[in-house]
Amino acid sequence: MPSLEIFLQPEVFLVWTSVLKICVILGIVLTMVAYSVWAERKVSAFIQDRIGPNRVGWAGLIQPIADGLKLLLKENFVPAGVNKFYFSIAPSLAMVPAILVLAVLPFGSTLFEVPMVIANLEIGVLWVFAVSSLGVYGIVLAGWASNSKYPFLGGIRSSSQMISYELSLGLSVIPVFMIIGTLNLGEIVQYQVENGWMIFPVWFTSGAGPLEIVEGGTVFGLSLSKTLLWIPMVISCVVFTVAMFAETNRMPFDLPEAEQELIGGYHTEYSSMRFALFFLGEYAAMIAGSGVIVTLFFGGWSLPFIPSGNEGWFWGLVNIGTFFAKVAAIIFFFLWVRWTLPRFRFDQLMKLGWYVFFELALVNIFLTAGILAYLQS
Amino acid sequence: MATVVQRPKLNLFERSYLPAVLGGLFITIKHFKNMILGKTKVTMQYPEQKWDSSLPEWYRGAPTLVKDEHDRERCVACQLCEFICPPRAITIKAAELPSESKWGKVEKYPKKFDIDMIRCIYCGLCEEVCPEQAIFLRKDYSITGLSRAEMVHDKEKLYELGGVMKGLVNKWNEKK
Repeated sequence: MPSLEIFLQPEVFLVWTSVLKICVILGIVLTMVAYSVWAERKVSAFIQDRIGPNRVGWAGLIQPIADGLKLLLKENFVPAGVNKFYFSIAPSLAMVPAILVLAVLPFGSTLFEVPMVIANLEIGVLWVFAVSSLGVYGIVLAGWASNSKYPFLGGIRSSSQMISYELSLGLSVIPVFMIIGTLNLGEIVQYQVENGWMIFPVWFTSGAGPLEIVEGGTVFGLSLSKTLLWIPMVISCVVFTVAMFAETNRMPFDLPEAEQELIGGYHTEYSSMRFALFFLGEYAAMIAGSGVIVTLFFGGWSLPFIPSGNEGWFWGLVNIGTFFAKVAAIIFFFLWVRWTLPRFRFDQLMKLGWYVFFELALVNIFLTAGILAYLQS
Repeated sequence: MATVVQRPKLNLFERSYLPAVLGGLFITIKHFKNMILGKTKVTMQYPEQKWDSSLPEWYRGAPTLVKDEHDRERCVACQLCEFICPPRAITIKAAELPSESKWGKVEKYPKKFDIDMIRCIYCGLCEEVCPEQAIFLRKDYSITGLSRAEMVHDKEKLYELGGVMKGLVNKWNEKK
């Protein structure tokens, strides 16, 4: 049948599988966004000894749909004196970068020999940083276009905070690349499949470290090189996670929003679906950020003793499930931290960013370089 | 003299925020875990669970009118409650009982007896002042309505809420 064979030509095959992957990943992530709002309310309730939403559906599970409907039906109010153009594109600018990050995340191994990543870029991590830092434009433009004091303050805070933490975010992953030697996120995961997760390198299949090769199947244990490289990896992971909190405006660093001081900050003047876009953009950024953390430090889709999708479609699905389960776990950590820590003062935030995390990330690079040089000699 | 608050001297580890952060995380996850395991006592789920059975005898709920076991409406429209009511929630329009009726010697009855439940403050002065034991504060506390008019309890509604109360002083019976 020639009509079907056309779908198997390499170019056409790439197009329709990519479109399919985009649709599926968007579906999964937008559902996760909706349900992380639910999870936020539920987790905060449980931590504060309350029950949380429990009216709409079983345990409030239809609550996100009800919330969405409510926001859709509300009046989309535009205050007088706003810069209408920037006011209306700002919410989209907050949402889009978060979703663009998903393009390079390997969310599974392979399924029917199709790699489970939308765009397998060689510079995946650079793409993540480039795009995710664009998220600040949405917030700054919203703050500025609202023509109101509190949003303006929120926008200013957001820009200075993001610039400060972008540095430690970028510097903290350099040790990972020094060890692995690639910026391709798929290969980073592949390395972790073979050599153990960056944050927990106690099992491996091929080598005992980047510089030692051991024959055989999955081994459980530690070697000298792994133990030594474990130290900078833990520092990297901590710095990266904290910087990710700041990058996504999550709780100890949510100064741009700061309900108590800034009345919601940059989205004070927004209502209806535009407000919802900011809200969802925040959660989408959280999910994308968790995806990056999982990919870089927690072995992406890999689980020890679980084969990749090359062994059959079932394992391919298991890998995808593993990735999203890990993302959900990191999101739970985000929520947990939010309902534990109070907000930093702005000077504390800046001090922490410039005096502590920036230096820590820098020193970590030299530490990794030293360890690598020692191991090579 | 200004009070000098002695700040605790923190060592380097404590100043790194880490012990406080970890301690906080530990506390919150403990609450989370207890909630998941159902060990935490939580608020009563109101419309499903109610505390009606544990209301005390002397609970002051919505004021109601009562009838006695002879099916006589106790109120004689003396209007004392109307006068004492601090927020002026009660409106009574008195009328004469026809002399041929069974209780004709009581002379008066309320033709109209309205209590505006938006105004009522549940103070119980009406119950206290009533010489006829006709008005009582019962245990209904959830008085709701969609309009102001709906929140005015008329005579019919008041008797419906009040019902029959037995064991009251029946001072009119011997004058039959």
